[in-house]
Amino acid sequence: MATTATPSSVPAKAASHRPQTYGSMSRDRAWALKWSYFFLILFVLFFLLPPVYMFITSLKTSAEISAATNPWWVFNPTFSNYTELLTRPQFLTFFKNSAIVSISVVIITMLISIPAAFALARMKFWGSATLATGVFLTYLVPDTLLFIPLFKMFSVFHEYTGIQLLNRWWVLLVVYPTLTVPFCTWIMIGYFASIPKELDEAAIIDGASWFQTLTRIFIPVALPGIIAATIFAFTVSWAQFLYPLAFTTSIDQLVLPVGIITTLIKGDVFNWGQIMTGALLGAAPPLIIYAFLMDYYIAGLTAGATKG
Amino acid sequence: MADVSLRKIVKMYDDVEAVRGIDLEIADHEFVVLVGPSGCGKSTTLRMIAGLEDISGGEIAIDDHVVNDVPPKDRDIAMVFQNYALYPHMTVSENMSFGLRLKRFPKPEIKARVDEAARILDITELLDRKPKALSGGQRQRVAMGRAIVRNPKVFLFDEPLSNLDAKLRVQMRTEIKKVHLKVKTTTIYVTHDQVEAMTLADRVVVMNKGRIEQVGPPTELYNHPKTKFVAGFIGSPAMNFIPCRLEEAAGALRVKLTDKITFPVPADRTARYTAHVSNGKLLLGMRPEHVTEATGHDGPGVMPFDADLEVTEPMGAETLVYFKVNGAEVCGKVSPNAGAADGKPLRLAADLNNMHLIDDATGLVI
Repeated sequence: MATTATPSSVPAKAASHRPQTYGSMSRDRAWALKWSYFFLILFVLFFLLPPVYMFITSLKTSAEISAATNPWWVFNPTFSNYTELLTRPQFLTFFKNSAIVSISVVIITMLISIPAAFALARMKFWGSATLATGVFLTYLVPDTLLFIPLFKMFSVFHEYTGIQLLNRWWVLLVVYPTLTVPFCTWIMIGYFASIPKELDEAAIIDGASWFQTLTRIFIPVALPGIIAATIFAFTVSWAQFLYPLAFTTSIDQLVLPVGIITTLIKGDVFNWGQIMTGALLGAAPPLIIYAFLMDYYIAGLTAGATKG
Repeated sequence: MADVSLRKIVKMYDDVEAVRGIDLEIADHEFVVLVGPSGCGKSTTLRMIAGLEDISGGEIAIDDHVVNDVPPKDRDIAMVFQNYALYPHMTVSENMSFGLRLKRFPKPEIKARVDEAARILDITELLDRKPKALSGGQRQRVAMGRAIVRNPKVFLFDEPLSNLDAKLRVQMRTEIKKVHLKVKTTTIYVTHDQVEAMTLADRVVVMNKGRIEQVGPPTELYNHPKTKFVAGFIGSPAMNFIPCRLEEAAGALRVKLTDKITFPVPADRTARYTAHVSNGKLLLGMRPEHVTEATGHDGPGVMPFDADLEVTEPMGAETLVYFKVNGAEVCGKVSPNAGAADGKPLRLAADLNNMHLIDDATGLVI
């Protein structure tokens, strides 16, 4: 920045005193990378050690688990836990219940959330903004707070109508959406709101009804958001523990997480090998869904809708 | 094909009046451009015609059929948006045929119409592409194609060229004009760019603060603006406004700008101006091209004067010169050979035959 008009030695001196700034960008970057790797490795260890430990334990016999050997090594690997669990009809029933409940909940959630989000994001009506906030506030109420009043409501319902809701796996189809619908609606409101307003105006002028605008424009364009919501709804219902524990008790009505705990812990006897196997097998479906849908989820389908 | 009438159209947003009682008759096949600064209500007016905004007061009729309560899809209009609003998950041909498919047109008819529109717009080879694989200009063509295939009564354009770069904008402007010459559909076009308005329109509607300032063919607006706003808005560089006084001497009127610069008013204007002799808030309006270098043998009504140039801007074909008169910045257009230079004096000439006298109190051209 020395002016050519004054070729004095001052600017030159200043330049020589100042540490050279070229390359500092890459030095900063190197530091940032080092720290990133440090924390990333820390997190990877933190999050992956439990499943690794589960996997190791699932390959051990009960005798080896209780023996005082290195817990991080399998000396006599065996698949007996897997074969025992997978040949037990009970376990398959849990799995089936879980699958039916989760898939149905995802479908119910989407059937409610997508139109709800569309209405709240696009049809400006009296109180729509308040309603949208209300939907989110519902999600903030924790399920641990809700299960006792729900339980009470179901007994009252039974008293008055004679219809038994407790200890039926399908009642979870009514209960889970109270957790999934608010959050899914909320993220889809955000997603729909990011779709340019002109897109639905163009559709309306092209002659589309609200419903056609939703099904033929919004759903395809917002597919990444819908898939994100689907993954969320599936994971929540698959991993839900408290509600099924409270509302279902008979062995044939249980879902996987509760089933594993109820049948594999007998008094103070923990069948660790099978518990770990069951938990690992239970974690597989969400993992597979993530793996398959992730690309879709990331793909920016909205690119090219408008300029930029 | 249809004519469109706006009768006393009002749009209120809560307490703010965005459009304040507009009357406008648009004839069949006409290309009308609504132009004005941002916030003047031009887009709102267009959206009311489209049916995307409710009408707070007045009537809109398409083909003598009042459409105030008719939903957009039944108004038989097509709209081109500023950001194109193409459906990103559909190919170009699907985008163009979407409206026809919703109306359950037979497939061969849809294909024929899409092919015809693609031919008009020269996008036949793009029909199978998705919007994200298109350039800005191509997207704009597709958006126009989507409007053309519908064969609507009215085309509505909402600042369709604002997102394009300068060169492409000029090119697409010509395209739009060509398309209108071929298709001849009644067109209402909104822009803030007065050049687009001048070049495209059969009639220009200049809007300001929710009202229509003036309606007329481009040249009429340019040569005979009725208000100071229109005079200043239409034309680039903008018209010069110089504070002045009118003096009467021996039955002739003179415009006095400064002690040194006084111009005689052309005789044909004397009668119009006489009443304003005592008016203290007058402006002389001169377009830059009417302030040129003095040649020494200028025609009648062209009056020479001396100016101290501040800045000159050589444009190639001409040079813009800027100087001050009576406190107002004045722009003139001189020949590149006139010897204009920054900070140098130059003898200029004002063509009084094209002068405008403006009453600054009312904003009206006298």
